[in-house]
Amino acid sequence: MPADAKTTIDQSEIDRFSRLAEEWWNPKGKFKPLHKFNPVRLHYIREKVAGHFGRDPQGEKPLRNLRLLDIGCGGGLLTESMARMGAEVVGADASETNIKVARLHAEQSDLTIDYRAETAEALADAGETFDVILNMEVVEHVSDPDFFLGKCAEMMRPGGLMFVATINRTAKAAALAIFGAEYVLRWLPRGTHRYEKLVRPEEIERPLSLGGLERLDHVGVFYSPIRDEWHRSSDTDVNYMMLFAKPK
Amino acid sequence: MASPVRDIVVCGGGYVGLATAVALKQSAPGLDVAVVDAAPEEAWKKDERASAIAAGASRMLETLGVWSSLRQNAEPITRMIVTDSRTGDPVRPVFLTFDGAVADGETFAHMVENVHLVGALRERAGELGIGIRQGVRAQGFHAEEASATLDLGEAGSERARLVVAADGIRSRLRDMAGIRTVEWSYDQCGIVATVSHEYAHNGRAEEHFMPAGPFATLPLTGNRSSLVWTERTRDAHRLVNDDALIFEAELERRFGHKLGRIELVGGRRAFPLGLTLARAFVAPRIALAGDAAHGIHPIAGQGLNLGFKDAAALAETVVEAHRLGLDIGTLPTLERYQVWRRFDTVRMGATTDVLNRLFSNDMTPLRSLRDLGLGLVDRMPRMKDFFIRQAAGIGEQRDPRLLRGAAI
Repeated sequence: MPADAKTTIDQSEIDRFSRLAEEWWNPKGKFKPLHKFNPVRLHYIREKVAGHFGRDPQGEKPLRNLRLLDIGCGGGLLTESMARMGAEVVGADASETNIKVARLHAEQSDLTIDYRAETAEALADAGETFDVILNMEVVEHVSDPDFFLGKCAEMMRPGGLMFVATINRTAKAAALAIFGAEYVLRWLPRGTHRYEKLVRPEEIERPLSLGGLERLDHVGVFYSPIRDEWHRSSDTDVNYMMLFAKPK
Repeated sequence: MASPVRDIVVCGGGYVGLATAVALKQSAPGLDVAVVDAAPEEAWKKDERASAIAAGASRMLETLGVWSSLRQNAEPITRMIVTDSRTGDPVRPVFLTFDGAVADGETFAHMVENVHLVGALRERAGELGIGIRQGVRAQGFHAEEASATLDLGEAGSERARLVVAADGIRSRLRDMAGIRTVEWSYDQCGIVATVSHEYAHNGRAEEHFMPAGPFATLPLTGNRSSLVWTERTRDAHRLVNDDALIFEAELERRFGHKLGRIELVGGRRAFPLGLTLARAFVAPRIALAGDAAHGIHPIAGQGLNLGFKDAAALAETVVEAHRLGLDIGTLPTLERYQVWRRFDTVRMGATTDVLNRLFSNDMTPLRSLRDLGLGLVDRMPRMKDFFIRQAAGIGEQRDPRLLRGAAI
């Protein structure tokens, strides 16, 4: 790769996650918050995909016959659920270690998932296309969000859906998602999120609309300490999810 | 070669294990569900016990497509009478009466012989394509990263994402999974027998609180009643092993003569009574259901109903996780079931324990107090309604869907 080639890789981020890779699948381990976070994301994805593609959300395998990309899939926590819901899944992560962990685990779980240690730009340049793209908790870790989101938009099939989830760059997010989660509650290792890398909703929407996508939904996600559960909220100041579609 | 990994293997072919398997398979046909049971083929047909099926549980059986074939063998309890008595009391003061309807046309409980209940559930399991292996005893349980292996000795092994332990109060699987229990023995035995009588019982259930523990008669189909007769362990063994003539004489003293001549049908058996609560209901790749999770005193007739609630809550938790694409055997998934069921179970365990201690007693002041309490309950319609709904198993705030008669 020429030294000046544009890339979304931030090497220090990849190294940090590789060190944590073995922890991915331990529900009591360092990724416990992500395990806790999974149901609210899954409910949202299932509801929106089923609604958009005319499937029964309460049926088995509501994602069958859909080609899905989980970009920045990590150890495959969300990816495996997509495969179980019937999607034909490609899981991509820039960290070779994460992909090794994910492959090993999918094999133990008897799931067929096409895992690739590749970047969004590599997949887009290879001409890959998808009905659904999951872009969950990734955009705050890439070096060039505009370029990254543009490449993701390129891979969308007409009529397809893209989910983006991330953390807002607000004072409230700095207090709750960084200081609260990393320093007070110690849910996340310190340094998981850096304030200047957090992304505002308009910074997601701009590059995606340039790529021809329309925003369908924008919803906040909040943690309820009493129920020990994450739930949807109209407050999008901290964690939020956005849904985009590519017109047919 | 390693055996293929199923989704769920249920260990235990009693009504709780079968109800769990049927609820899972009916709600999510894509799940690969199998049942293994330690008893030899046909052994279930020799079970002479009967069970009280509360309204919630019969709604569940209806939703699972089992009730219609079971109904002809189910006797509705239309009236429940509770008395407090010494054996020799010529007249038993009636302190509490319940009429059986919880909603229009719905009876709060039915009595069904286990052989019919298990038979109907087995038939439904067969229709759904659930395999049942008899004579197969679990000899080892090993939880791995993405599945568990059940060592079945000479019968090989089974692998599954989730193993359900429904293998009874002395669950071997629970012990093998390293889940410990809290146990309390009562030095009481429950004698179980069926009697036939001359006159019709008219759907009447009676529970007499005797000094040694409750003596209950529960209506079965025809002119028959099921007995649950609590005695101190030593006396119970004597009654069960002695000549039938002595047994029938003792029985007559308690049963009375209002239903005419009575006769023992079939055998008599004594079961030790105790309170056994599992310290955890779940561990990675395993969930406990029914008596394996909680063996309670039969004083309130809630054993089956707690077990069916477990089956309904576990099936609902697992099916929802499955539809959402979650791994059905991990702790985050299974903990939902545990949180859902434990409070209710501990409360019911404590209630039956207190009831038993309160009533298995012949102290005069205590008798007066509890009689006052029962008499008060009888005069307060709202309290009675609360008790009747509890007895019917439909008083909970968040009942599993199946107990409300809804599909998962």
